[in-house]
Amino acid sequence: MSVLIYAESENGQLKKIALELASFGKAIADQLNTNLVAVTINCENNDLLGNYGVNEVLAASQQGDFNAQQYAATLSEAAKSIGAHTIAVSSSADSRFLAPLVAVTLDAGYVTNVVGAPISSNPFQVKRSVFTNKAFSVCEIATEVKMVGLSKNAFGVHENQTTATITNFSPASAASDMKVTALDKATDTVTIADAEIVVSGGRGLKGPENWHLIEDLADTLGAATACSKPVSDMGWRPHSEHVGQTGKPVASNLYIAIGVSGAIQHLAGINSSKVKVVINNDPEAPFFKAADYGVVGDAFEVVPKMIEKLKSFQAENA
Amino acid sequence: MKILVCISHVPDTTSKINFVENDTQFDTQGVQFIINPNDEFGLTRAMWFKEKSGASVDVINVGGPETEATLRKALAIGADNAIRVNTAARDAQQVAKEIVTVMQQNSYDLVIAGRESIDYNGGMVPGMIAALKGMNYLNNCIGLEIEGSQATAIREMDGGKETVTTPLPLVIGAQKGLVEESDLRIPNMRGIMMARKKPLTVVEPTQEGQQVQTISFEKPAPKGAVKLVDPENIDELISLLHNEAKVI
Repeated sequence: MSVLIYAESENGQLKKIALELASFGKAIADQLNTNLVAVTINCENNDLLGNYGVNEVLAASQQGDFNAQQYAATLSEAAKSIGAHTIAVSSSADSRFLAPLVAVTLDAGYVTNVVGAPISSNPFQVKRSVFTNKAFSVCEIATEVKMVGLSKNAFGVHENQTTATITNFSPASAASDMKVTALDKATDTVTIADAEIVVSGGRGLKGPENWHLIEDLADTLGAATACSKPVSDMGWRPHSEHVGQTGKPVASNLYIAIGVSGAIQHLAGINSSKVKVVINNDPEAPFFKAADYGVVGDAFEVVPKMIEKLKSFQAENA
Repeated sequence: MKILVCISHVPDTTSKINFVENDTQFDTQGVQFIINPNDEFGLTRAMWFKEKSGASVDVINVGGPETEATLRKALAIGADNAIRVNTAARDAQQVAKEIVTVMQQNSYDLVIAGRESIDYNGGMVPGMIAALKGMNYLNNCIGLEIEGSQATAIREMDGGKETVTTPLPLVIGAQKGLVEESDLRIPNMRGIMMARKKPLTVVEPTQEGQQVQTISFEKPAPKGAVKLVDPENIDELISLLHNEAKVI
């Protein structure tokens, strides 16, 4: 009856989303009056999960690169071995990749983009975002095994001190004839998926040669950089930075939009960010209606000023 | 090579989202429906394979008669055949199972579905099709080349990308990057005329039951007004972000 989560790690260390997922899993386990079990793969700091309410860790190891088929098989086997009736995953690219495979294997009703702890556990109802964050829906999962995918930054990280028992878990390895032949992963920059703060630029920056403004502000804040759709369509920035309905969703704590007008598709993509700041010289830009804080001014003057002020703020508060 | 592209019929990206019938139904009044953008990136890549190597391209939708205009648009873009499974889409596994049932009649080498639809954003149908059929699957696909029975595909991950080789048959979750926005095709008059004559087969559903049910919809709470800060007083902005919003 336990609740099972897939706690993701990178380079052997649990990701922050894994701790958020553990916190979320703990809330579900409490509702169902059961314990919380986590599956980890190639993770070295499993103990940490105990701080977030995990009672037991099934620690698996896997050779080679991430492989959705093999990871999904491990998660499915773990769910079967403990008789899990509720399985929670994060919204990372990897988890969203493998979770549908698990849902089919376990014949589980699966709901993604869940924005909070279940509204009720019997019937099992959750709230999720739909229409790219323009609305929410309440969904009921009717299957015996239930799966939920938690939206990033929707639940938050909450400590829940316990001690996790760590058990090695080695299911029969699943075969896969898919092979990773090249991996191109940024190691020194913050990714949009993991970032607490995202700094985004639009057409108002006038050209890719001015992107140092965005990058400098992002560096100062330890933020990821992003851009609007026209900027990626014009090739000023890579598609991977495009934020919006057909690009990436952003669910950061702080989203700073510079020279972005705020088309409805862009706003949909950033709607689940907590605090939005807009800097734009056009006071009529639709973004001002969606933002919490706004500066009507020239980005080329405001942004350098902001970087300078932030640096002195950081020096004072260091 | 035979390609199947799954087409979702979704509200245009600029649509106002409203609900009717006690917030249990999406209000379609005045809403223009389009091919789901992620599906369209996939369809456009399929057209490329059709032109380069003579692949045949079928499109499929699980939905009522109202979705046929969207399937016709896919035919006008260049798909050869359209299939509509005549039932409302209830949940992801039902949709995936209906598509897999149709796939039993045709052996497809490549199945393309958008990474997610822009209405319900489930993001699970392509993975479920793959799992139900025991096919290989790659999500967030931003590049795809095929040589004989071997595919080389690029997957976007959080903070990077990876190149994966896999034998066919393959299911991919398509997204922007698989083709560029500028590669998308607007059907021309000839395409539209031809699309009227192309086969659009309606098949009856085979699946019963429902795993996940939408009970109700709600719109986000209205947002308070923006707090404007004078560009000459950036200190105030920093103070607000630190003391009030507590995000820096």
